[in-house]
Amino acid sequence: MPIRIACHIGIGPVVTGEALVAEDNFSARYDLDRIRGVFSRPEHKLAGQSYRDKVLVLNTAKGGVATAWMLYEMVSRGIAPKAILFNSANTILAQGAALANLTMCDRFDEGDVTRLIRTGDLVEIRPDDGQVMILNRDQ
Amino acid sequence: MQLSDRDQAMLAGEMGPALKWALSHQLAVGRMFDASDLVDVSQAHMMADPESLGEAGVAFAEDLARSGARVTIPMITDPRGVDLNCYEPIGQTEEMADLERRFIHACREMGIIMTDTCINYQTIMPPVFGDHVAYGDTGVVIYSNSVCGARSNFEGGPSALAAGLTGRTPRYGLHLDAHRRATRRFRVQAQPSGLDEWGVLGATIGRMAGSYWEVPVIEGIETSPTSDEIKHMGAAMASYGSTPLFHLVGITPECGRIEDVGGEKLTTELITAEDLAALRAPFGARGEAVDVVVFAAPQLSLVEMQSLAGICRGRRRAGSCDVIVCTAASVYADASRMGFVRDIEAFGARVLVGTCFYQQYAREIGEANGWKRLLSNSAKIVNILGGYGYLPALASMEDCIASAEKGEVV
Repeated sequence: MPIRIACHIGIGPVVTGEALVAEDNFSARYDLDRIRGVFSRPEHKLAGQSYRDKVLVLNTAKGGVATAWMLYEMVSRGIAPKAILFNSANTILAQGAALANLTMCDRFDEGDVTRLIRTGDLVEIRPDDGQVMILNRDQ
Repeated sequence: MQLSDRDQAMLAGEMGPALKWALSHQLAVGRMFDASDLVDVSQAHMMADPESLGEAGVAFAEDLARSGARVTIPMITDPRGVDLNCYEPIGQTEEMADLERRFIHACREMGIIMTDTCINYQTIMPPVFGDHVAYGDTGVVIYSNSVCGARSNFEGGPSALAAGLTGRTPRYGLHLDAHRRATRRFRVQAQPSGLDEWGVLGATIGRMAGSYWEVPVIEGIETSPTSDEIKHMGAAMASYGSTPLFHLVGITPECGRIEDVGGEKLTTELITAEDLAALRAPFGARGEAVDVVVFAAPQLSLVEMQSLAGICRGRRRAGSCDVIVCTAASVYADASRMGFVRDIEAFGARVLVGTCFYQQYAREIGEANGWKRLLSNSAKIVNILGGYGYLPALASMEDCIASAEKGEVV
């Protein structure tokens, strides 16, 4: 049986992808080189890593409102994460996910999602059900 | 969510495809944050620069405008990404300007007022106490919530646009009394002096609070800050912490006494001089060459333009250091009339109108001009620009100008 973790009802379609996890926060404007599809802020724990088609698992959102448009723009070019999971999203990230139809969930019942999921895990996210499954690990 | 008859008509597409999109968008967001219904808003303010929008965002706005979308409440805009009267000299391309022109055209079609400012609360029409609004730009939201007592979440561009079209927004977050109560209690031990120090204080508290859902209440500020000081404090707090609201005991309108926001039950966390120095430390660069000095984020008020003009008067920047100043069109007009723009330009600075530095393709203009070492008195801008390939440093307005004059950080 895959590990099943519960979260708040989220946004976007059911998706499956490989996790990229960090105990750090997120802003598309502050942290990313969106042309190359990598984290560019030197202080970010994922600096230099590609986020393309990954399920990003991070603590919370930070900074400005630009990320709402930026998620839509990133998805339109196909250089975007497949989904983003947060301990706590902010309004901007949710709004951007809604416009971009990008999968996003937050508020996990079992605790810190950046510890529940490990980099490289294969996860399936069901936003309408408020559920995430870690497919490569057994309970 | 409870929907009014008009909400349901919008959702069903009876009022056109634009309103159908707008209400559907608001429901998706409202569901994630457990909104019970929607609330009428009196104004909307949209952040939408072409770097964030890209071709996809501009085309989205054009499609909406073509489908007959028209705003139903006063709707204004955050700074543009291209000053169409000054883009080639700073290394922006015709392609960037074209995206900007197309977006402006679409906005005008929808009836949006192109104010292009992040200091609307100093220049256009500040919201009043208890006013529900749908504002973008984190600096605008935190000022409006905290200083004016208005009620707004951070509304990203798409959501601000949806609110402008429907005249509504989902009732969650800061539209609810429960989310405006203090959750963290801070006591300031050193009084800030100068805009950069107010920014550092805001940044320190924002970093410690660290989440959209935390509301800091702050004790120990001995005298009311000016509008510009609290603007820099709020903008930095929102930038570092994604913080949308704070209370200053005895100063901001919802917090005459700490009990008014429930802060008396919280444990006090001290903000020491060492905390402030620690935040500032990574941005120190004394003696190093500086490529560009930037005054922006937020755009300068008329009073800041006067201060800057006074410091610049009779001096001249070093040939190796550019100086960029960003302000709103209305401020520019007054600052020109008063001779402030003349004095700032005589120093060798370039005054950009209706833009803000970090929103105008900061990476590309940095590469085009060879700008790496950047100096500013804005804690917000030094926080943002690290991700854009700059080595930013923080200094007072006076030291920024002295550094520009010498060509190195003083």
